Amino acid sequence: MNQKYMLPLAGVFLLFLLAYAGVEGAGLQWFFGIVIPYLAVIAFIWGFVNRVMGWAASAVPFRIPTTCGQQKSLPWIKQNCIDNPDKASGVFIRMLLEIFLFRSLFRNTKAAFNRNEKNKLTYSWEIFLWVGALAFHYAFLVVIVRHLRFFLEPVPACLTFLEFMDGIVQIGLPGIFISGIVLLFAALFLLARRIFDAKVSYISLAADYFPLFLIIGIAVTGIAMRYFTKVDIVGIKEFTMGLVTFHPVIPAGVGGLFYAHVFMVSLLFAYFPMSKLMHMGGIFLSPTRNMANNTRAKRHVNPWNYAVDVHTYEHYEDHFREKMIEAGLPVDKKE
Amino acid sequence: MSKNAIIAGLVVFVAAALFPFWFNIGGTNAAPEIELSEKAKAAKQCVLDKYDMRANHMSLLDEWRDSVVRDADRMYKSTNGKDFGMSLSTGENSCLGCHTDKAKFCDRCHTYASVTPYCWECHTDPKEVTQ
Repeated sequence: MNQKYMLPLAGVFLLFLLAYAGVEGAGLQWFFGIVIPYLAVIAFIWGFVNRVMGWAASAVPFRIPTTCGQQKSLPWIKQNCIDNPDKASGVFIRMLLEIFLFRSLFRNTKAAFNRNEKNKLTYSWEIFLWVGALAFHYAFLVVIVRHLRFFLEPVPACLTFLEFMDGIVQIGLPGIFISGIVLLFAALFLLARRIFDAKVSYISLAADYFPLFLIIGIAVTGIAMRYFTKVDIVGIKEFTMGLVTFHPVIPAGVGGLFYAHVFMVSLLFAYFPMSKLMHMGGIFLSPTRNMANNTRAKRHVNPWNYAVDVHTYEHYEDHFREKMIEAGLPVDKKE
Repeated sequence: MSKNAIIAGLVVFVAAALFPFWFNIGGTNAAPEIELSEKAKAAKQCVLDKYDMRANHMSLLDEWRDSVVRDADRMYKSTNGKDFGMSLSTGENSCLGCHTDKAKFCDRCHTYASVTPYCWECHTDPKEVTQ
């Protein structure tokens, strides 16, 4: 038992119960369905902008790209243009690969002692974090984009196509969406890694577990509503369209599970800017990735250098001209 | 990264995050009305209660399909005491037998909720056949 994950787990469970009981028991649909989502959107946008502007205001005086390949050098030495870029184009490709393929995670290694009498420390390539992260992020992206069908009217054709591709296995009715299942299992894998891998568990804090439990809760309630308990989708779309057109309505007959889902999603959005989830915006600003390695090829002036009063030679000569001429020293201007 | 580039990126992000709000400017929250046929209005009762039917009809059809195809059992005893033929589109006692206008009954909500059921890859709307 570890309070670092028991506390967030209990917290998420209580938050779920709060919304569920608030709707089923106290009839607070308007609070969990209307007030909270609007507050969450405001908190998300305001917090996100604030956080990024804070980062933008901080000075970046040094070029500190991590160099993972041969630097630009003599013409007959082959440069690694992406892993040690000296131009913006290389940086662009490097960032693209980082953002879409999590390239630095791909290099993840693990350290372990050999299980024999030598007991030597060895490092090996560990790809599963990368696989899990990729599955998780892309599944989550597809799930979020898919949910736009509740917020757009008419629904654009590209969304219909995405739904078609996502539901292409056509199992059951309503048909299974692959992304939902992948999202849940990938999140569970990332959680299991934190709990059962002693080295990762040691560095995991409540702030790491809380969003994971929250996302798992969101996925479970969503899957439960779609495949098991069932909700009136048209009523829900009326509700979501009400939110985005600023004419909120509460649909009749929709139960607590839906509001618990909405409440947890709202919490995730509101919590986003103050949490580690901000790596979504932060990855674009990672200074070890978004800079060209041209430290010496270009002159980089320290941005907070103040103007220094320089005593130029002309001034010096103006000061000491007569004395210099007396001493027989050469001067530029005689008079 | 230069401050201007960061602000430009931020503006794009905020615009994208608020996409549903500006996409729907001038839109309404009203769901499409479904039109019941005279026969359906007269019957007053469907297979299940209204909310159950709205939320659960696809699962019911899935169960019916299994029942008909695997067990050749074509009669459904509803909880409200009536018998229904387990068929989507064949005969007077089927779904479309009562809800005669597919476009005004099925399609309106399906389009609204962006659902494209594959029912119609095998079944046909009887109206389309006679036309």
